[in-house]
Amino acid sequence: MSPEEELQSNVSVASSSPTSNCISRGTTLGGGLKEHNYLGLSDCSSSVGSSTLSTGLTEDDKASISLKATELTLGLPGSRSPARDTDLNLMTPPVKLDEKPFFPLLPSKDEICSSSQKINASGNKRGFSDTMDQFAEAKSSVYTGKNWMFPEAAATKSVTKKDVPQTIPKGQSSTTNNSSSPPAAKAQIVGWPPVRSYRKNTLATTCKNSDEVDGRPGSGVLFVKVSMDGAPYLRKVDLRSYTNYGELSSALEKMFTTFTLGQCGSNGAAGKDMLSETKLKDLLNGKDYVLTYEDKDGDWMLVGDVPWEMFIDVCKKLKIMKGCDAIGLAAAPRAVEKSKMRA
Amino acid sequence: MNYFPDEVVEHVFDFVTSHKDRNAISLVCKSWYKIERYSRQKVFIGNCYATNPERLLRRFPCLKSLTLKGKPHFADFNLVPHEWGGFVLPWIEALARSRVGLEELRLKRMVVTDESLELLSRSFVNFKSLVLVSCEGFTTDGLASIAANCRHLRDLDLQENEIDDHRGQWLSCFPDTCTTLVTLNFACLEGETNLVALERLVARSPNLKSLKLNRAVPLDALARLMSCAPQMVDLGVGSYENDPDSESYLKLQAAIKKCTLLRSLSGFLEAAPHCLSAFHPICHNLTSLNLSYAAEIHGSHLIKLIQHCKKLQRLWILDSIGDKGLEVVASTCKELQELRVFPSDLLGGGNTAVTEEGLVAISAGCPKLHSILYFCQQMTNAALVTVAKNCPNFIRFRLCILEPNKPDHVTSQPLDEGFGAIVKACKSLRRLSLSGLLTDQVFLYIGMYANQLEMLSIAFAGDTDKGMLYVLNGCKKMKKLEIRDSPFGDTALLADVSKYETMRSLWMSSCEVTLSGCKGLAEKAPWLNVEIINETDNNRMEENGHEGRQKVDKLYLYRTVVGTRMDAPPFVWIL
Repeated sequence: MSPEEELQSNVSVASSSPTSNCISRGTTLGGGLKEHNYLGLSDCSSSVGSSTLSTGLTEDDKASISLKATELTLGLPGSRSPARDTDLNLMTPPVKLDEKPFFPLLPSKDEICSSSQKINASGNKRGFSDTMDQFAEAKSSVYTGKNWMFPEAAATKSVTKKDVPQTIPKGQSSTTNNSSSPPAAKAQIVGWPPVRSYRKNTLATTCKNSDEVDGRPGSGVLFVKVSMDGAPYLRKVDLRSYTNYGELSSALEKMFTTFTLGQCGSNGAAGKDMLSETKLKDLLNGKDYVLTYEDKDGDWMLVGDVPWEMFIDVCKKLKIMKGCDAIGLAAAPRAVEKSKMRA
Repeated sequence: MNYFPDEVVEHVFDFVTSHKDRNAISLVCKSWYKIERYSRQKVFIGNCYATNPERLLRRFPCLKSLTLKGKPHFADFNLVPHEWGGFVLPWIEALARSRVGLEELRLKRMVVTDESLELLSRSFVNFKSLVLVSCEGFTTDGLASIAANCRHLRDLDLQENEIDDHRGQWLSCFPDTCTTLVTLNFACLEGETNLVALERLVARSPNLKSLKLNRAVPLDALARLMSCAPQMVDLGVGSYENDPDSESYLKLQAAIKKCTLLRSLSGFLEAAPHCLSAFHPICHNLTSLNLSYAAEIHGSHLIKLIQHCKKLQRLWILDSIGDKGLEVVASTCKELQELRVFPSDLLGGGNTAVTEEGLVAISAGCPKLHSILYFCQQMTNAALVTVAKNCPNFIRFRLCILEPNKPDHVTSQPLDEGFGAIVKACKSLRRLSLSGLLTDQVFLYIGMYANQLEMLSIAFAGDTDKGMLYVLNGCKKMKKLEIRDSPFGDTALLADVSKYETMRSLWMSSCEVTLSGCKGLAEKAPWLNVEIINETDNNRMEENGHEGRQKVDKLYLYRTVVGTRMDAPPFVWIL
C-alpha cells in the first residue's frame, strides 16, 4: 500500500468519529492531565478557547481538513496554499503538546504546518522562536527521510521545548531542553491563563463539593426520577431512550396506569373526576394531570415548551402533578424565556 | 510658602494624602522635604527591596501606616518560586525596635510568618489595622496572637492568602473586651470556624461594617449573624445552601431586609441558587457585587439577581454568565465602573464562556466603565475598535484571550489594530494587559499613544526587539513592565539603561535575553538589582561553554537604593 493510500484510509477512520473520540478523550485524568483529540485538534478538556473550535467544526469540515492536512506536497511547508493555511490555523492552537496520538501522521503534520504558517504570516519569529528552530530541524528529517514515525517525536520534542522545563513536576529538574524527554507531561503552559492559584483552588473545591450530576453529552443514559402525586413510590426513566415528548408520555402513561386505576378504586378522590386511561393520554395537555420537571436551577417547569434536546439537557426530575396543584406554575412564557436566556 | 512658619506649611500638607503627591512635594526644596518627612504618616513602598527598614525609619520617623509589596506580579501565576523572598519579619523587627507608633500594616505578596504576626501583635500598642493580600507562610496561630494581643484592633482583612488552617480557636482569642472591630474578613480560611465565638464577637462589635465569612459558616449561622449586625455594609457569604422553606431561611430573609446599609456582597462559595432571592430586597442598594467564586450561581438566578442591582458600580463575575448575561448587565447596570469576568472552566469541558460580543455590549451600555479585566475565548479588531469608541475613559484595560497567539477570529489578522484603537482613544490608560496574536505593530501604537501607561503585561507577543524598544522609548510613565514568552532580547534590554531608573521593575521570562546581556546591564547600572531566577540546574550556566549566550529563563530587575539583598535563595543570582 502506498503511503498515500495508507494515509487516506487512516484519515477516513479518523474523521468518521472525531466527536466521539474527542469526548472519550475529554475526560480529565487525575492531576488535571489533558488528553488531546488525535487529530491534533484543540483538546476538549480544560483549555476553553480550543474546545469550542473542535465542537464548532462539523463532521464534514473535520474530514476535509484532515484530508487536506495529509496531502503530500513537494517543497517546504512554507509554500503551501493560503486556503489550507487558514484551515490549519483555525485548527491547531500553537502551544499544544501532543500526547501519544493514535495516528501520529496527522498531528505531526498539523503542527509543522501551523508553525510554518506562522512563519509565513509574520515573516518573523514569534514567541516560540526556539520551536521554529526546532521545526527547521524536524522538517528536514520529515521531508527527506520520509520517515513518518520520526516527526512525531520531533514535533512533540520541539513543541515542548519551551514547556518541558516548566511542566515537569517538582522533583525532576529538566536538564536539557533538547532531549527527547517523554512528551507525556501535560500541555498546560505554566502560569497561563493568568489566574491566581488561590482562585483555581477555590473554584476546584467548589466543584468537588458540588452535588450536581454532570450530565456529559454523549453519555449513554440519563435516568431521572419520576414521581406522581399519590403514588406510593417513585419510578425512574432514562430520558435518552426517547427521542421526543410523545414517546416519553406514552412510557409514563404505561408506568403510572396502575397507580391511577388503583387510586380510582381505593379512595375515589373526592371532588376529582374518575380517572381513566383516556385521561392519562392527556397527560401533556394539562387536563387533570400535568407533567412537570425540575431544571438545573431548581425551578419546576411545565414539560413540553422547549425543544426536546434542550429539555433532556436541563431536566433533573419529573413530577406528575395534579392539575389543580400546578396552577402556581407559570407555564409557557417562563419556560420560553428561560430557554432564551440559556441560548 | 517659604514665608510661612513650618507649622502652617505642615498643616497645608495634611490635606495632601496621596503618596504620589507627597513625594512630589518633598522634592520642591529642602525645607519642604524636611517638613514633609516629619509629617508623613502613611508610607507606601511598592517594592520592599527598593529600600530597607532603616532608611524608612530614618526618613519617616512618625509613620503610622506602612504598605509593602513583595513578590513581582507574575508570582501570582506560579512563575516565581516560593522561596524567592519578600519576607516581612525584618521590617517588623526594625519597626518594633524603633518604637514607632505603627497602627496599620498592609502587605501584598509577602511572606508572613506566625513569628512576625506575634511580634507585630506585641510591639505596637495602638495597632489597629492588618490587611494581608496574597500573602503566605502563616497559620491561624498567627491570627490568634493578633486577636489576643491587639487591644484596639479595627481591621483584620485577609484577602486570598494561603493560610495553614490549624483549626484552632483563633476566633475565641478575641478578648471579651474587644469591641472595636470594623472589618473582619477570613473568607480564605479553609477550615472549621468556631461559630459560637464568631457570633459572640459579631454581637459585641457594634462598629462592624465588613464581614466576610469562610466556607465553613452555614446559612443558619449567617442568619443569626446578620440579625445582630444590621449595620453591615459589606458582606461575604460563606456557604449558602439551605432549604428555602426552613426556618433559618425565613430568618435570613427577615434579617437581610433590615440591612439597609448593605452595599457590597461577595462570597457564595457554596450556594443553592434558588435561595438568592432572599437578597433581592436589598439589591437596589448594592454598589459592589463579587460572584467570581460562586461557581454554582448561573443562569436565570444570576440574571434575576443582577436585574435588581441597578446601582452597581463594581461587578466581578464568572464567564458562565455568557454574552447574553453581559447584555443584561449592560442594560441594567448603568453606573458600572469596574467589571471583571473570570474564566469558570479551568478544569475541564468547554462551558459557556464569553466572546467579543459581551465586551461590546458592556461598552455600549455602561458609559462610566473605566476598569475591565476580561477573560474570553475570542476577540476581533472590530470589536476592540468599537469598545474604544464607546469607552474612551478606560484607566485599566486587561484582556486575556485564553488561547495564546489567537488572531482575530473573523479576519485571522493580528489584534494590533484593535489594541491600537484602545490606546489611541483611552488617553488616561494606566494599566494594559495584552493577549492574542500580536506583532511589533501593537507596540508601536503603545509607544506612540499610551502616554499615561504605568503598567504593561505582555505575553506571547511581538516579533523583534523593536517591539520592546517602542515601549521603552515611548511610554514615559512606565513603572512596571512584565513580559513572558516574547522574542525580546539583549538589544532591547540594553538600549537605554537609564530608563530603568524611572521604572519600579522589569520582568522578563522565557524571552531572548542572555546571561551576558544581563551581566552587561548589571555593570552599567549598579543602582539596579538584576536578578536571574534559575530553578533548573544551577551549575549548568557556568559550566556550559557558551555561557554568555545562555538564555536566561527569568529576569527580574528593579531599582534600589540599598544594593544587593542578603536574603536571596541559592537559585536567585544577583548580578
